[in-house]
Amino acid sequence: MSVWLDFEKPVMELELKIQELRAHAAEQGLEADDQLVELERRADALRRDIYARLTPYQRVQLARHPRRPYALDYIERCFTGWTELHGDRHFADDPAIVGGLALLEARPVMVIGQQKGRDTKENLMRRFGMPNPEGYRKALRLMQLAGRFHVPVVTLVDTPGAYPGLGAEERGQAEAIAVNLREMARLETPIVTVVIGEGGSGGALAIAVANVVLMFENSIYSVISPEGCASILWRDGKKGPLAAEALKLTAQDLLGLGIVDGILPEPLGGAHRDAAAAAATVRAAIVRQLDDLSGVSGPELVERRLGKFRGMGVFKESPA
Amino acid sequence: MTWLKRERTGIKKKKEPRSDVPEGLWTKCEGCGEALFQTVLEENLWTCPHCDHHFRVPARTAIGYLADPDTFTERFAGLEALDPLEFRDAKLPYPERLKAAQQETGQKDAALAGVATIGGKPVNLVVMDFFFMGGSMGSVVGEKVARAIETAVAERRALVIVSATGGARMQEGILSLMQLAKTSALLVRLQEARLPFVSILSDPSTAGVLASFASLGDVVLAEPKALVGFAGARVIRQTIGEELPPGFQRAEFVLEKGFIDRIVHRKRMRDEVSHILEFFWRSTRGFAPDGGESPHAFRPALPSADGGPGTSARSR
Ligand SMILES: [Zn+2]
Repeated sequence: MSVWLDFEKPVMELELKIQELRAHAAEQGLEADDQLVELERRADALRRDIYARLTPYQRVQLARHPRRPYALDYIERCFTGWTELHGDRHFADDPAIVGGLALLEARPVMVIGQQKGRDTKENLMRRFGMPNPEGYRKALRLMQLAGRFHVPVVTLVDTPGAYPGLGAEERGQAEAIAVNLREMARLETPIVTVVIGEGGSGGALAIAVANVVLMFENSIYSVISPEGCASILWRDGKKGPLAAEALKLTAQDLLGLGIVDGILPEPLGGAHRDAAAAAATVRAAIVRQLDDLSGVSGPELVERRLGKFRGMGVFKESPA
Repeated sequence: MTWLKRERTGIKKKKEPRSDVPEGLWTKCEGCGEALFQTVLEENLWTCPHCDHHFRVPARTAIGYLADPDTFTERFAGLEALDPLEFRDAKLPYPERLKAAQQETGQKDAALAGVATIGGKPVNLVVMDFFFMGGSMGSVVGEKVARAIETAVAERRALVIVSATGGARMQEGILSLMQLAKTSALLVRLQEARLPFVSILSDPSTAGVLASFASLGDVVLAEPKALVGFAGARVIRQTIGEELPPGFQRAEFVLEKGFIDRIVHRKRMRDEVSHILEFFWRSTRGFAPDGGESPHAFRPALPSADGGPGTSARSR
């Protein structure tokens, strides 16, 4: 079962026709004929054309695609020996963030990611990947554990944002995020972040103060959701596409602004079209980054990470 | 009550502190509805003498209430926002929004930074201004906080930041978000340098700013009834589909939940901050570096007999 986005409609029509012809040919015991080959060529060209000219909001839709691989899909394919660890030791375990021990080839790593649900039941449990404070505190506990053993930390960002709930406020959502921002900065071990889907504001940043931040080409990273921004600045939540343009939230924009360090290509049509290929890309990128960082001392890693974020911001300065 | 309205829109003095209520001889208290004389409000540091409602005040005014008289020297005043995203909302491009805010407030951006003393102790002070685009933090506010932290370390001063903000500045997109990481990360250096940070939350202190430096004070103080929260109440109500408890996200609620040390009346704030800094001041021998000499005049003093703030360190 495929899920089609509105802008994919022309491809969808061709694909359905191709499927129909294929089924018909199979029924008749025939070889694929010229018409089928031609249709497939056209579908492929059309897909290339559409995906070469995606608007920011179309990328938002891809980043939120219900079939898009989530953190656990990557963890399963990129690592071995995955051993999930639970709980913040204070209040609860938050299923919106998963974390645990894993092996990347022979190398131990601590992997942490925001996890969305695949169906309604799972989304209820994981709150659509929107963490509570205890999720961030669990993530920090695991990162600090990794730090003590100089085990590299890999974080996979995919959240609409921190959960806006009564309990989250009562248990200090803002404090939990703030503490992570400070404590990640001083972790004496390599940190590599991959934005695999949605990078929703402070809720994403709270696990993304990394030495290297990579983004999938159809992932997004923003200070506010386009809909949230539209409802405030346009007074109309349906103006999301306009806000998405204005916010400069695509991987290409963020690379240009110097916020991320690299863009990972996705399979044609988006990561959900070929999860195995997408995972192979993530895995290769993490291996390369960790190889680059493996000889760097703990204090030097902290120095570089602090320096990287210290330099962010655009302003002018006149003599006062 | 027509006379009241007429009065409000009538006379305007030049040097009055601006607030979110119209200027004039009378101002109606948002807390108790009492009509208050402008002069009474000024005498009471823009708090209501009847119900203690704390009016929002611009950064300059807040500095006057918090720093020792005539000790504030502004720094980094030449910083000004750019428009890297070429952001345009429904009506206006960002540079025009900025210009309007600058004309309205007489400030270049949503925070003032500088050095001062509080009860005689040397501090790096950053005070946010809610009247400048909702006190939103973009690159300029983030940079002022960052430099305040760095110079506090270099000059061995305490750090005091007064928040008054709706959060990150959307018009600077992801660059605003990164100010959260930039400011919070630099506090590592302040901690390593063994220098204290007092975070003061005034109304409102919310969203991205609360999710960064504002929550990270060694001591966190708040003005009475200040709005202190991460997510907006409307969004939370929509998400959970139920009404929120009375006093939700007010300073008193947040104190009860354990994320604020003390709620302090504006009239007592300077003394409280001075008193708190005094402990760190003495324990570090005038903010001296490890094993070194204090770069500032250091006069150990005993607290007054009633346990209130000591006074001798304040003499200059
Ligand atoms: Zn009142």
